[in-house]
Amino acid sequence: MEFKNAKELLTLCRQEGCPISEIMRRRECVLGETTVDAITRRMARVLEIMRQSATIPLTNPVRSMGGLIGGEAKHLAAHAAQKKEICGPMLQKAITYAMAVLEVNASMGLIVAAPTAGSSGVVPGLLLALQENYHIPDSRIMDGLFNAGAIGYLAMRNATVAGAVGGCQAEVGIAAAMAASAAVELMGGEPEQCLSAASTVLMNMLGLVCDPVGGLVEYPCQNRNAAGVANALVAAEIALSGVGQLIPFDEMLSAMYRVGRYLPAELRETALGGCATTPSACERCGCCGR
Amino acid sequence: MSFISVFDVLGPNMIGPSSSHTAGAVVIANVAHKLLAPPLKKVDFILYGSFAKTYRGHGTDRALLGGIMGFSTDDLRIRDSFRIAGQRGLAFSFTPNQTEQEVHPNTVDIRMENEAGQVMTVRGESLGGGKMRIVRINGVHVDFTGEYAAVIAVHQDKPGVVAHITKVLSDHNVNIAFMRLFREGKGDTAYSIIESDGTLPQGIAGQLRDNPHIRDVMIVQS
Repeated sequence: MEFKNAKELLTLCRQEGCPISEIMRRRECVLGETTVDAITRRMARVLEIMRQSATIPLTNPVRSMGGLIGGEAKHLAAHAAQKKEICGPMLQKAITYAMAVLEVNASMGLIVAAPTAGSSGVVPGLLLALQENYHIPDSRIMDGLFNAGAIGYLAMRNATVAGAVGGCQAEVGIAAAMAASAAVELMGGEPEQCLSAASTVLMNMLGLVCDPVGGLVEYPCQNRNAAGVANALVAAEIALSGVGQLIPFDEMLSAMYRVGRYLPAELRETALGGCATTPSACERCGCCGR
Repeated sequence: MSFISVFDVLGPNMIGPSSSHTAGAVVIANVAHKLLAPPLKKVDFILYGSFAKTYRGHGTDRALLGGIMGFSTDDLRIRDSFRIAGQRGLAFSFTPNQTEQEVHPNTVDIRMENEAGQVMTVRGESLGGGKMRIVRINGVHVDFTGEYAAVIAVHQDKPGVVAHITKVLSDHNVNIAFMRLFREGKGDTAYSIIESDGTLPQGIAGQLRDNPHIRDVMIVQS
């Protein structure tokens, strides 16, 4: 039940006649020497934490440890409550949830790294908004999480999900690829369409640098999680319409990895370039003077 | 766990904000606290590299203190670990060291002292994604991850000690995943670290100590 790349994953889906989520579930049972019941219970806990972290700051905003963010999700929720959103309810909700999770994360709250803490808002943001808009039951959302897990596993195995190694394209980029693939499966797409959506995301976020102000997982990370959700939704829409991609996921993943290694160290989580060294960020952070 | 699980991708369930600077710090200190008999009286943390620079904003200090009190990565008490340590009468300090450069960027030295007056130092490196490795115990280079249940035997570097250890493990039907011996020098203090699949039976520590050259045995369950 093991697969080393997306090509092998698609072959398994065809052979077994099942979606990506089911292949990932079976793989977990076999390689983890465990049962469907046990992994379902664990995934239910993952979903529960995701839901709490995506919703608590809408009513109870918290200041981050570094003081750079806090309260953004409540602003977005209030904006939507006044029917002033311009993204449409689906995307509006998704970015609100994604930013909420980063707010919880930055204030030492409980989150699920997905695949990292800095990119933890994208997958719950998109899946929970889909759930509300299309009345999808939790059991199906968990299918989405297993599907997302398959994409994240391939990235961890064949590339990287660390901002320090590959930049933000490896963190928020992979999180968005995971979310896009999951969304396609939940909306009735075929496994090929899931991977096509994941490939599209990597293409569209290629080269994004990791440049956290003060070296903290706060800013611009929170905005980037919202942007990741939007990229995921765009890619899922394209894939679901039946538009295919020239470049398959495996090739896009290795292109992303190579681009990550071309990035200078200043743009890989060291806070020595990009947003982190703008005059306004330096003034606010004051780290170098310490 | 030798394969990448779906819960390595969607996980760990953790207190933020950083899997390397917060969750990884919890795991290092949590494994360290299992190496010295409780109760702990005093603990000093020396932070290196990125840990030294950004430990406050990442809550690395609270995470380390929480881990040393046995909290796991998803324990909300981590936020209050300063207060909880105070209540428990555990003295603590944090010292950033920004001059030492020859270390992994996210490294911490933990010096622990228990009520019995025993002292132990442990060095851990946080590798990202909540993963870590312990690289030194009492100044001796070692290498283990805490992902497997482990036996750590402190002994004199003498013939027959390793045979004794493997005999006891085999008598208890323990399957060895990895086994390594680290020593200060030939004939000096040595650390045998055996990582196994599954849980280790508690009774083995006493039997391992039957060998006169074995001074101490620590059992770290995964």
